[in-house]
Amino acid sequence: MTSTLRPPPPAPPRSPQEALSPAPRSPRRGRSWRQALRRDWQLYSLAILPLLFFLVFRYLPMLGNIIAFRRFKPGGSIFGEYWVGLRYFRMFLTDPTFWEVFTNTLVLGTLTLLFCFPLPIVLALLLNEVRARRFKRFVQSVSYLPHFLSIVIVAAMVMQLTSIEGTANQLVRLFGGDPVAFLQRPEWFRSIYVSSEVWQTVGWGTILYLAALTTIDEDLYEAARIDGAGRLRQTWHVTLPGIRPTMVTLLILNIGSFLAVGFEKILLLYNPLTYPTADVVSTYLFRMGFQSSNFSYAAAIGLFEAVIGLVLVLSANVISRRTVGTSLW
Amino acid sequence: MVILGTKTDAPKTRGPDDSRGYRVFRVVNTVVLIGVVVVTLYPFLNIVARSLSEEAYIIAGKVTIVPRGFDLTAYKLLMSDALFWTNYRNTVVYTVVATLISIVLTTCYAYVLSKPQLKGRTFLIGVALFTMFFSGGLIPNYVLVTSLGMKNTIWAVVVPNAISVFNLLVMKAFFESLPSELEEAAAVDGLNTYGTLLRIVLPLSKAIIATMVLFYAVSFWNSWFTAFLYIDRQDLLPVTVYLRNLIAGATDAQQSGAAAADVVQAAATLQAVTIVLTTLPILAVYPFVQRYFVRGVMLGAVKG
Repeated sequence: MTSTLRPPPPAPPRSPQEALSPAPRSPRRGRSWRQALRRDWQLYSLAILPLLFFLVFRYLPMLGNIIAFRRFKPGGSIFGEYWVGLRYFRMFLTDPTFWEVFTNTLVLGTLTLLFCFPLPIVLALLLNEVRARRFKRFVQSVSYLPHFLSIVIVAAMVMQLTSIEGTANQLVRLFGGDPVAFLQRPEWFRSIYVSSEVWQTVGWGTILYLAALTTIDEDLYEAARIDGAGRLRQTWHVTLPGIRPTMVTLLILNIGSFLAVGFEKILLLYNPLTYPTADVVSTYLFRMGFQSSNFSYAAAIGLFEAVIGLVLVLSANVISRRTVGTSLW
Repeated sequence: MVILGTKTDAPKTRGPDDSRGYRVFRVVNTVVLIGVVVVTLYPFLNIVARSLSEEAYIIAGKVTIVPRGFDLTAYKLLMSDALFWTNYRNTVVYTVVATLISIVLTTCYAYVLSKPQLKGRTFLIGVALFTMFFSGGLIPNYVLVTSLGMKNTIWAVVVPNAISVFNLLVMKAFFESLPSELEEAAAVDGLNTYGTLLRIVLPLSKAIIATMVLFYAVSFWNSWFTAFLYIDRQDLLPVTVYLRNLIAGATDAQQSGAAAADVVQAAATLQAVTIVLTTLPILAVYPFVQRYFVRGVMLGAVKG
């Protein structure tokens, strides 16, 4: 895992047109495409199937978003029948339910970011202070475990824990309260969702931080100690700056998936009673598409969501490159 | 994608620091970490306890981590459910086939991308990277898979998610770390690209391939939504959707062949048993494979 052996990181993905044309501006060692093909055709042949996969199952659906601007008939052409312009966009932008689910998405996304981003850092810092290696290993192994569970299983566990006779209500009764049907109550959904998310991701999230912590130069701590810094100030002035690139990169990635809040988990956990807080853009889109069979409308919402996601990650990346000099590519 | 330049797991010693404040902190720290362990493990223990308990105790809210009124009825009930086993077998088949396809595609593409002198390499990487940040979305995907006639077939489950870009980058990073002299020697010996990949590179890549198999296998084993979306026939569903239908109350007891009265009576226990039986294979291999996962994640984070 020596990074010195590697070539420089790849350039940002260029736009397809620019990259497809045999750009004479940057000839790699002056070779033309014809020469490259003759020399490396076996390598290129290995790329055919994977490229076909990306083309059909990743890029074709991107084009398929065109049905957001067209009338779509189930069973008809996958690109729709005729143009309707921005009708479906106007439809959801004036749909009060859309703005409700949009707000829910922002709230759940913010809460998730607020808890699921910093807690792994905290846990990694705490683990870093443990001297008994076997204890540290044990805590790590246990905390990674939930990451390997299917979302269905996590949802099923949440349901059991929060059921009328489950652990949460056993605690409520212990303190003399009345049992609450947590999953039927909109005011509880956010807490349940975020805690289950934390439970599942916090341990696994420490891996990269723990690895980054081992790369911090020992001399820096020594120097800080000589300057009279205690443990806390060493952590603040040496440890945290040392893992900052990791923090920033993960933050950008987190921001990119901000709008895509746990669609599958919410789909499993919510119900009409909790829609006021639980229904998010992706679940609303899912119901519009598959229960109301309004594919074009749902595709318009999906496209809107995907574009915002892309814009978010790109702007987070630009901001981070300008301010702290860390960038995804 | 540069996340860190890593070396693994060296013990960190910052020299002695025995100020009183720090000693207190270490005690608190240990307590907090034990708390983390307890909170993480509790749901598992709770589910196991529920799966072994009598329904009456569960309904009365008396089960915590110790089974009450030890009762295996629910296990027997589920074991005798033909649909459960059919779905379980489907999960195994889907996982094996999907993992196979994924490994072949990922290995081929990663190998191509790892050749720095290849013309058009940047474009080929861009094709993959871009899909990490922008995707066609649910509806167009559904329309596509449906129009390809893949609905209600295994292909709807195993093909649309065949390449994970993250895994691709992990593998590419590994191939790049192999010394290029080896392949140059192979070329001198007259091996073509295919021969080099099969006879020289792959034998050196057993560890990374094992890691990839694990990554893919776990994600396919756990996946439910693709099957939920594209498969309507009960006998083609994976076990995760069986569990989903159970918790959604959609599995009709009579349809699955068990006596209706028993099922209603044992609903809570039955859910717990299904969770236990679905999780068991993962838990059984977890202690042995965990470190490969960790290694893979770090390899992927070094550079993409």
